[in-house]
Amino acid sequence: FAGLADVSISEDLPVEGEITVPVGSHSPDEDYSTLDEPVRDTIMRDLKAVGKKFIHVMYPKKSSALLRDWDLWGPLVLCVSLALMLQGGSADSKDDGGPQFAEVFVIIWFGAVVITLNSKLLGGTISFFQSLCVLGYCVLPLTVAMLVCRLVLLAGSGTVSFIIRLIVVVAMFGWSTLASTAFLADSQPPNRKALVVYPIFLFYFVISWMILTFTPQ
Amino acid sequence: QGGGSAVIDMENMDDTSGSSFEDMGEMHQRMKEEEEAEGEAGAAEEEDGEFLGMKGLRGQLGRQVADQMWQVGKRQASRAFSLYANIDILRPYFDVEPVQVRARLLESMIPVKMINFPQKIAGELYGPLMLVFTLVAILLHGMKTSDTIIREGTLMGTAIGTCFGYWLGVSSFIYFLAYLCNAQITMVQMLSLLGYGLFGHCITLFVTYNIHFHSLFYIFWLGVGGLSTLRMVAVLVSRTVGHTQRLILCGTLAALHMLFLLYLHFAYHKVVEGILDTLEGPNVPPFQRVARDIPVVSSAVLNTTAKAVALTL
Repeated sequence: FAGLADVSISEDLPVEGEITVPVGSHSPDEDYSTLDEPVRDTIMRDLKAVGKKFIHVMYPKKSSALLRDWDLWGPLVLCVSLALMLQGGSADSKDDGGPQFAEVFVIIWFGAVVITLNSKLLGGTISFFQSLCVLGYCVLPLTVAMLVCRLVLLAGSGTVSFIIRLIVVVAMFGWSTLASTAFLADSQPPNRKALVVYPIFLFYFVISWMILTFTPQ
Repeated sequence: QGGGSAVIDMENMDDTSGSSFEDMGEMHQRMKEEEEAEGEAGAAEEEDGEFLGMKGLRGQLGRQVADQMWQVGKRQASRAFSLYANIDILRPYFDVEPVQVRARLLESMIPVKMINFPQKIAGELYGPLMLVFTLVAILLHGMKTSDTIIREGTLMGTAIGTCFGYWLGVSSFIYFLAYLCNAQITMVQMLSLLGYGLFGHCITLFVTYNIHFHSLFYIFWLGVGGLSTLRMVAVLVSRTVGHTQRLILCGTLAALHMLFLLYLHFAYHKVVEGILDTLEGPNVPPFQRVARDIPVVSSAVLNTTAKAVALTL
């Protein structure tokens, strides 16, 4: 348990950091040097990290980069954009836009928390925020599917468009599930992978269903 | 916090017992504090030797502030670990293998014959929890195929609330009745039993939300729902003594379980019909309702349902 006691909270990067890899003690000089750099450098560093993770999600190889440096910027951006795109899909758009945004938010975050707790209870070695990070980033294919669906719906909403949307959403749902299991299943004991994959499957199924049945007014 | 002592002071530890993370965290904290106290003392001596003026003072203050922040952070981290210790309470209930879950799912549909001998119930929470979430997903799927687009937010909350409310509420109620009727069952076992009993509900609703024939639903209700209810009832009967007690307990459980399936099927249909009525007005006869921009498949399904409901009502 030596590594667990060496948790260091860095003050300048509030939502990014290394939790399971024990970092050596921060000398005061190191802390001040990242405070003195221009804001542009800090932002570009974070943006590059987020972009790198997006690429990891689209090509899920078994690398540990997504796990090592977790951050929640990507999931937040994806969640907000998905929730915004899912708005306006009801008859009374003036009073039903609100619950839909909150609904998507709550489903994604509550679902991710439940899956994380479940994988921890089943004996997973991954930490809480790492799991949240992976699940949030793997919503990216579904966000792309939502974008495609909206574009297809602009063209028309007949049977053909429904079939196109169905194929796209199913493909992206499969991609999301595969991507997240590629990262998360490794942290489980080998015979329990199915127990962890099933709730992830349910989670992305619910999101995919919301995307597929979106009909703009 | 008691620096300079190599003995771990038990009364200063957080009150979550049983987690060895706390021990190591506290021990390391004390060792680090000792090192730092020595380092501070050494640095302070050096600086006192030289005359650095304001710069020396600020450097020392800065180091002390950084030090304090680090210690506060450490303390917060160890409190976060104590949160994990609370999760560890639930850990034994999730200790299952996939084959066990599959076996228990199949068993939940097979009523036991031996009711004179107390049947074993596995106190496991993974299967029931997953079944409740699956039921929520199926309810959402059912609502979407009926195209309930208006009150989407409240319907989602209703689905989750209904399923979890049923599982937790009815389990507690039956556990209370079991306590009154002197049945040998614990709360976790009751949660597990009722959770696995929802497997029948999941199957029934999954089939009947896709194929909308009311007669089919009644067959499934009696057949599949009945089987899972019989299983739960048989297990409870095997653990209760006395005819009156058995009757009360099992009658209540059977009634609630079957009525819940009925409610899930019909209530959401009623909600759909009610919404569509308010949309288009009551003067439009049901079987001539034309869907506006939902796909052809689900409009055909909707028309069939509407016909069936109009016939049965």
